[in-house]
Amino acid sequence: MKQTRSHSDIVDALSLQDLCRFCQAEETWVIELVDYGVLEPVGSSRGNWRFVGASIARAKKAQRLKRDLGINTAGVALVLELLEERDHILRRLAQHEAL
Amino acid sequence: MEFKDYYKALGLAREASADDIKKAFRKAARKYHPDINTDAGTEAKFKEVNEAYEVLKDPERRAAYDQLGKEPPQAQGGFRPPPDWDSNYSFSDGGPQGEADFSDFFETLFRREGGQSARMRPQQGADSHGRIEISIEEAYLGGERTLSLRTPVVGPNGTVSQQDRKISVKVLKGIAQGQHIRLAGQGGQGSGGAGDLFLEVVFAPHPVYRPDGKDLYLDLPIAPWEAALGAHVVMPIPGGKVDLRIPENARSGQKMRLKGKGLPGAPAGDIYATLKIVNPKVTTEQARAFFEQMAEKMPFDPRAHLGGNGR
Repeated sequence: MKQTRSHSDIVDALSLQDLCRFCQAEETWVIELVDYGVLEPVGSSRGNWRFVGASIARAKKAQRLKRDLGINTAGVALVLELLEERDHILRRLAQHEAL
Repeated sequence: MEFKDYYKALGLAREASADDIKKAFRKAARKYHPDINTDAGTEAKFKEVNEAYEVLKDPERRAAYDQLGKEPPQAQGGFRPPPDWDSNYSFSDGGPQGEADFSDFFETLFRREGGQSARMRPQQGADSHGRIEISIEEAYLGGERTLSLRTPVVGPNGTVSQQDRKISVKVLKGIAQGQHIRLAGQGGQGSGGAGDLFLEVVFAPHPVYRPDGKDLYLDLPIAPWEAALGAHVVMPIPGGKVDLRIPENARSGQKMRLKGKGLPGAPAGDIYATLKIVNPKVTTEQARAFFEQMAEKMPFDPRAHLGGNGR
């Protein structure tokens, strides 16, 4: 984590344990998300995984979808993909509607 | 305190079966989930639906709630439960873990002291999660924000009170939507230390820019002659301005990329300006003459590709 002042910093790289605490999630669930390609950590083995950038927000979203809607990992992976696709399309639509 | 009609929240009749309740909740949860439905007001609706289900799915709570009867006529001071309203019922726990933000109505009726004892053990306070809405300009330039927080504090005798406090948050230059700011020690209080507060950054809707990661998209209006002849235009951007060269024969919808002019960082984002040719409003005789001259002298059929003979 980047230290910017005594008590405020940007969450920009989390270990597996940090991410679990951050999302209030089980390690096995996070590992499953990696297996399904939802999260793409940097690093060769679980011990030195670093979750950066979009993976952090995505993990949190995945956890919410699982907790609130009872979706399994394959379902979460699909929902997230479709949501990202939808957001992309909505952005393009906004662009064309403005013209 | 406001009375909550939990049946209405789920669109159910009071005699709904346990199965109906479950189905209605699942359907509503999908419809109003804030990660899926981004319309304004969805989050409040989602909370309402969850709160309603939290009560109606539990036969004991439901029975106690039903005993309160229908919404009483609006008396002054709002709804107050009868003093012994739940004397015949015992609740196993006080609501789901990690859901601290149900309505006062729920808190008063269903949040029992039983839930407190677990929190009394010496332990690190829980992390809190929230959101902070910032403008794109703030993300460009960085800045400082003061947040007002209301957090529940458990007193020595197990009672919970709300505490208001203000904390300052540094908004780092170049922060993008979806990133999290961590405020160490500002989360839930525990007897073994405080948890952290995590704030997810959300950009406020901007009249000009549409963000995508560190990139910004906007529409750039240009005059027909700028499009035809090419031009240099000065475009204001947050914290400055850039000189943009419009190529000759530019088209409406053409995208211009301004590398590194998006949100700052390593690497910085880009700005994508989509050209939009805007026709001047013809109000004077002279302007009219110009256009008439163009119509006469320019062999141009914008509808040629539609087939037929044009005109």
